[in-house]
Amino acid sequence: MTYTGWFVEQFGQGLGWFLANLTLILAIAFPVMVGVALAVYADRKIWAAMQMRRGPNVVGPFGLLQTFADAAKLFLKETIIPSGASTGVFLLAPMISFTLALVVWAVMPFDAGMVLADLNVGLLYVFAVSSMGVYGIIMSGWASNSKYAFLGGLRSAAQMVSYEVSMGFILVAVMMYAQSLNLSDIVMSQKGNVLGILNGNIFNPLLFPMAIMFFITALAETNRPPFDLPEAEAELVAGYQVEYSSMSFALFFLGEYANILFMCALIPTLFMGGWLPPLDLPFLYIVPGFVWFLIKMAFMFFVFAWVKAAVPRYRYDQLMRLGWKVFLPLSLFWVVVVSGWLMFTGHFATAPGAL
Amino acid sequence: MTALLRSAKSLLLLEFVGGLWLTLKYFFRPKVTLNYPYEKGPVSPRFRGEHALRRYPNGEERCIACKLCEAVCPALAITIEAEPRDDGSRRTTRYDIDMTKCIYCGLCQEACPVDAIVETPNFEFSTETREELIYTKDKLLANGEKWERAIAANIAADSEYR
Repeated sequence: MTYTGWFVEQFGQGLGWFLANLTLILAIAFPVMVGVALAVYADRKIWAAMQMRRGPNVVGPFGLLQTFADAAKLFLKETIIPSGASTGVFLLAPMISFTLALVVWAVMPFDAGMVLADLNVGLLYVFAVSSMGVYGIIMSGWASNSKYAFLGGLRSAAQMVSYEVSMGFILVAVMMYAQSLNLSDIVMSQKGNVLGILNGNIFNPLLFPMAIMFFITALAETNRPPFDLPEAEAELVAGYQVEYSSMSFALFFLGEYANILFMCALIPTLFMGGWLPPLDLPFLYIVPGFVWFLIKMAFMFFVFAWVKAAVPRYRYDQLMRLGWKVFLPLSLFWVVVVSGWLMFTGHFATAPGAL
Repeated sequence: MTALLRSAKSLLLLEFVGGLWLTLKYFFRPKVTLNYPYEKGPVSPRFRGEHALRRYPNGEERCIACKLCEAVCPALAITIEAEPRDDGSRRTTRYDIDMTKCIYCGLCQEACPVDAIVETPNFEFSTETREELIYTKDKLLANGEKWERAIAANIAADSEYR
């Protein structure tokens, strides 16, 4: 009997379905929140280690509870609403950011069949929700009634829109290989897809540059360094977050890191074979798929933090040039290359609904 | 041709990879931060920290209430009141240092003719209230008793340069 089936049997159709999904949502959202706390800690630790510092090491064992202490502090602070702010929008913006950052996780397959909503348009859903993320930022920028916040919000909107275009083309290449928009199908299509033994699109020479480009656009999408212009501490103080305090700030912060974690989960799903081990060898499948997935996520997060430590921030015109003049033509060209190769090798002959 | 080379170089992210490799090497280097409450940096014998009033080995307090320190103090942090004691020697009845005013210039210990007021190597005397930072004579004498060994060692170490 399925998990939902048991609830339906106990509580009837409507209530049972509702309770089953509610518990599943909590079972995803709660670990994500804990993951976010650990990610913030890991981020600070990795960053510190690369600058030969120690990072947080006082609160709890090895400083593990530092983020929880910070969250508790923020929770106890007063929420300040600027007198010139548009109160409703001002308060709505962090909620939107945070909710959207959690909502994307619905389609993420953690293991074979371990997914809340097995949408057949999962990738479109991810794309749609991450596009909406820009609303939270631009609303906060506008409603704060502050020039720094406004500039940060505008920058962020322009940046996210620019990079979403090339991100879309990169996804097109992946879904042409997988012939599906369902994230579980995309993972399964990567099983032994290179030389029959390597699991993962990243080992495919045609998709490897796409994986690198997707990683860079993911940095831009999540406002991570070197693309953290919306926040740009040095020039815009904290960009769109400048007027926020207390829990409304914490929601932005959590949303930002939940987005980063999601990107760290999406890159393995699309390019590194998701919950599959990197090599298609039977003994590697003894390790549960969930563990492989977490290992890949942790590795991607390390790379995110690593890049943060290594590179300085882009100038705004460089950022736009990179997005529109490099990434867009390059990804478009590469889509043509990939689709040409796939036509040439007869990949589409097996596509569902092929003529 | 150079333009082509340059664009190929930037397309292959060679400089980024170089930067990432460098930061990865630093990732595994030993940390330079002192783990402060457990590790501390070396302190010079001339270090100017928390103040103390010293006593002679026989227990007599050194301060003769000449008020040179009060006069020299640029921050006006020291307040001294004095009157002759029963045995006729001149001693302070009040010796207050407002540690919130003090700038730790060390002029008081330079001015002192009997090495009574000194600055100890102690720099960890933070308090939760401002009131606790207004040091009285009792507090200063207690500091002197607590830090006498360190103070004496520091004066001995520095004496040959005076």
